[in-house]
Amino acid sequence: MREFDYQRAADVAGAVALLGADPDTRFLGGGTNLVDLMKTGVERPARLIDIRELPLDHIEPTPEGGLRIGATVTNGDLAAHPAIRRRYPALAQAVLAGASGQLRNMATVGGNLLQRTRCGYFTDVTKPCNKRVPGSGCPAIEGEHHNHAILGASGHCVAVHPSDMAVALTAFDAVVHFETADGPGESPLASFYLPVGDTPHRETALPPGALITGVTLPPAPVAAVSRYRKVRERASYAFAIGSVAAALDVRDGVVHDARLALGAVASRPWRAVAAEHVLTGAPADAATYAAAADAELAAARPLPHNGYKVDLMRNLVVAVLSELAEEAAR
Amino acid sequence: MTTVAPGTGTHAPSVGTAHTRVEGRDKVTGAARYAGEVPFAGLAYGWLVLSTVARGRIRALDTDPVLAMPGVLAVLDHRNAPRVDTDYTGLLGTPPDPTCAVFQHDRVPHLGWPVALVVAETSEQAREAAETLVVHYEQEPHDIDFTGGRPDAYPVDGHMPGVTEKGDLDAALVSSAVVVDAEYTTPEEHHNPMEPHAATARWDGGRLEVIDSNQGATWVVGELANLFSLDPASVRVRSEHVGGGFGSKGVRAHQVAAVMAATVLQRPVRVVMTRRQMFSLAGYRSPTAQRVRLGADADGRLRALEHRSVSVTSTVHEFVEPSAGVARVMYDADAHHTANRVVRLDVPTPTWMRAPGEAPGSFALEAALDELAEKCGIDPIELRLRNEPDKGPVSGLPFAGRNLAACFREGARRFGWADRDPRPGLRRDGRWLLGTGTAAASFPSGAAPSTASATAHPDGTFTVRISAADIGTGARTALTLVAADALRVSVERVRVRIGDSDFGPAMIAGGSMGTRSWSWAVTAAAGELRERLALDTDMPPEGITVRSDTTAAIGALTPAERHSFGAQFAEVAVDTATGEVRVRRMLGVFAAGRIVNPLTARNQLRGGMIWGISMALHEEAVRDRASGGHVGADLAGYHVATHADVPRVEADWIDDADPADPVGIKGIGEIGIVGAAAAVANAVWHATGVRHRGLPIRPDRVLSAAAGAPDA
Repeated sequence: MREFDYQRAADVAGAVALLGADPDTRFLGGGTNLVDLMKTGVERPARLIDIRELPLDHIEPTPEGGLRIGATVTNGDLAAHPAIRRRYPALAQAVLAGASGQLRNMATVGGNLLQRTRCGYFTDVTKPCNKRVPGSGCPAIEGEHHNHAILGASGHCVAVHPSDMAVALTAFDAVVHFETADGPGESPLASFYLPVGDTPHRETALPPGALITGVTLPPAPVAAVSRYRKVRERASYAFAIGSVAAALDVRDGVVHDARLALGAVASRPWRAVAAEHVLTGAPADAATYAAAADAELAAARPLPHNGYKVDLMRNLVVAVLSELAEEAAR
Repeated sequence: MTTVAPGTGTHAPSVGTAHTRVEGRDKVTGAARYAGEVPFAGLAYGWLVLSTVARGRIRALDTDPVLAMPGVLAVLDHRNAPRVDTDYTGLLGTPPDPTCAVFQHDRVPHLGWPVALVVAETSEQAREAAETLVVHYEQEPHDIDFTGGRPDAYPVDGHMPGVTEKGDLDAALVSSAVVVDAEYTTPEEHHNPMEPHAATARWDGGRLEVIDSNQGATWVVGELANLFSLDPASVRVRSEHVGGGFGSKGVRAHQVAAVMAATVLQRPVRVVMTRRQMFSLAGYRSPTAQRVRLGADADGRLRALEHRSVSVTSTVHEFVEPSAGVARVMYDADAHHTANRVVRLDVPTPTWMRAPGEAPGSFALEAALDELAEKCGIDPIELRLRNEPDKGPVSGLPFAGRNLAACFREGARRFGWADRDPRPGLRRDGRWLLGTGTAAASFPSGAAPSTASATAHPDGTFTVRISAADIGTGARTALTLVAADALRVSVERVRVRIGDSDFGPAMIAGGSMGTRSWSWAVTAAAGELRERLALDTDMPPEGITVRSDTTAAIGALTPAERHSFGAQFAEVAVDTATGEVRVRRMLGVFAAGRIVNPLTARNQLRGGMIWGISMALHEEAVRDRASGGHVGADLAGYHVATHADVPRVEADWIDDADPADPVGIKGIGEIGIVGAAAAVANAVWHATGVRHRGLPIRPDRVLSAAAGAPDA
């Protein structure tokens, strides 16, 4: 493990100034992913700026009626927050479906958004990986890929984004706020994660040197009846092989409003826009849910060993929407 | 001088009563030191460099820049490392796996082969330098493709004959009313004990001393003495606390590399494996492809039984996973054919992993029995009871205690088996389909020669010394209970010291034979000491010591089929829309000899059953064809069962004391995993109506089975 310098930032401006334009410096949040990557040599920063002490650990109402979540709020505190649990239950469920209690007590909201894929080729520095070493190749396409992308992938990378939290945030139109040396900026989560294309190493729209300061959830009454279901290869402490964040507002047997995002199917949390389009205004029944899933999954391009994900996601969308409709009717 | 009264005949026995671990407080407070954390003055740290190609030659190592890095003391590789001798047969009757005889030549026979050791003043410096070392290879095409149909598979004897055949199999199959013919597969599996392999070596007054994490201190002494051409008396290995072994902790690359570096540098050197290195260097369970053919009369009585297994070995060492061996114990038939074969591939050598042979073998055989029960329309337990052999199906020897039927009867009663509807796919709880399954279990019971000493001290306490290894089993505590009973004193007066080769030769913690073998030696020494003290002997200040050696007594055991037995039961829930499989409850009832410490014994048996859940549903090491190495070789990529996967798991036993053993022990280390995966897989069939013949039963396989093929 390479030796590195460690500094602690006291305020946001100081943190941004400390990072400067140094490509060998990383912000350290909970460290639950970065430190692992440093141990395996995937990340070799010369300097860490610890941002845990920054005053970004609050969840506050916004003037518009939404919530602003500070970047250093821990995953554990986020999931336990009464307003999150009441108004965006799928978000609390998503966070609780990830990692373990100990990790959630360390991991931050900002760090969760920026965590790296768990593709076994990416995490092994002895193997090629276009995301880690641009141009070195993607052995997953011909190799082990049973938990890789079916949507939005390219011939350069088929890895999936590992976050559960980000799937729920994507469903609820969250906006990422950041600070740079030139001042603050923001990016809707829907466009925060970049398409893979031929630049899988470029993952987000975050400008160089930027520090994520928080995430805003706009008001979304539909989110009060929402749910996150995660399918994984063991009952706990595993990344998703498929997940769904969904919210449903049914009035007189018709879908009035719907939110749907899919996890573990693409390089980013996948907002199911085509499915939402089918759902809105349609009868709230299994046929509609299946049609919505099919509309979204029509674009799926599975690899030889992950075709099951198309069936899985279809089944999962139908199951979760059916459950939500039942819940809404109660 | 004082005299000490031995225990009286009215002492209440300790064996059979529950005792927490005698070293438990030390372990939970951190006072117990493990091999990688014992402090040494002047300690240097070695870091292993592993090959990144699966086959070829080392062309060059750019050591100069590494030697110039801060703190770096030496780089050992095949050009400058001390020579070792591998031309010997070790304690377990095999030559050493060349993977442990590091740096002897430039050939690379698998990915993850040790090519160098970088030694530095700190662990961080050693690691950084090791990761910086550039190694140039002359790469050759590799072959890691394992299938059951490989034409180059050949039979290997290992610890049992490779092939056994009696009767005309084809004729018996043709004349059978019901036939099952199926192939079962199990993947590459890894032990991954929580404590990584770690060793510290130093020369001390002309003696080589190694602090190590192993399953047998005298075993490792023998290996190191042979490898380095030393008198065994000049080697001392200590392993006071061991954080899990499961078959992986014998002599390995880290001890040999540490001894080499300590010899070259003349200072203490520590080498610890990383979790990822363990996937290449610590051994593993071979994948298996097993074909089982059963032919039976309409009433389920077997006429034909064929169990053929193919497993993997490396190109440098022969190890066979004897999966077909379990059929030689469990069921008889007029035509009875078994075979264990291997294919040699460019992979590391597999090794013993909890219940080698029986764990994968029982999955195939007991799943096939379940398929036969379905085809015959007979209850799976009744089918097994109808096929209980009265003597060893292959050996013809009598069984020294075969209480399988009693296990099934007690297990069925407690599990509620009598109410079971045998038809599959009928029970539902919300989105979950429910099913139950059962399987039989067996594991050989044996004892191996060991020595022990027992000392009476003037203050009325006793010290027992034996080179046993407590790899987390509770062996130290069990031996304390055994010694107390042999001395007829309370356990508080007995201190058992283990994990030091200077205590003399003893059996390893392996083969489910450790506690039995050691208890025999402890009972002999302590019993004789008690008799000496009963003569009202004067007690010298240094106390009185008696030594034992069980070689003759164990050699006098009459040949017989000696095994532990068990019946496994599982209830599972399957969501066929998502592919998720969850075990809801498990019960194992075992006939496994006299139970020394019910507390740790239950822990051992449940641990095995939980591993069986893990084997059935989770564990699978994936190799990448292009590189020949693993993908996801860590505990994030290699899934083991979590707490959430482990519901109510009950283990219990029936009275089964072995009259041939002085304490009545048979051995419980491995039988808990045997049959467990089959019980789960059989329950998945009962839930869904789909047979899963390949482990683990992952969600993608359940989904694919639901989408297409009737059988996965």
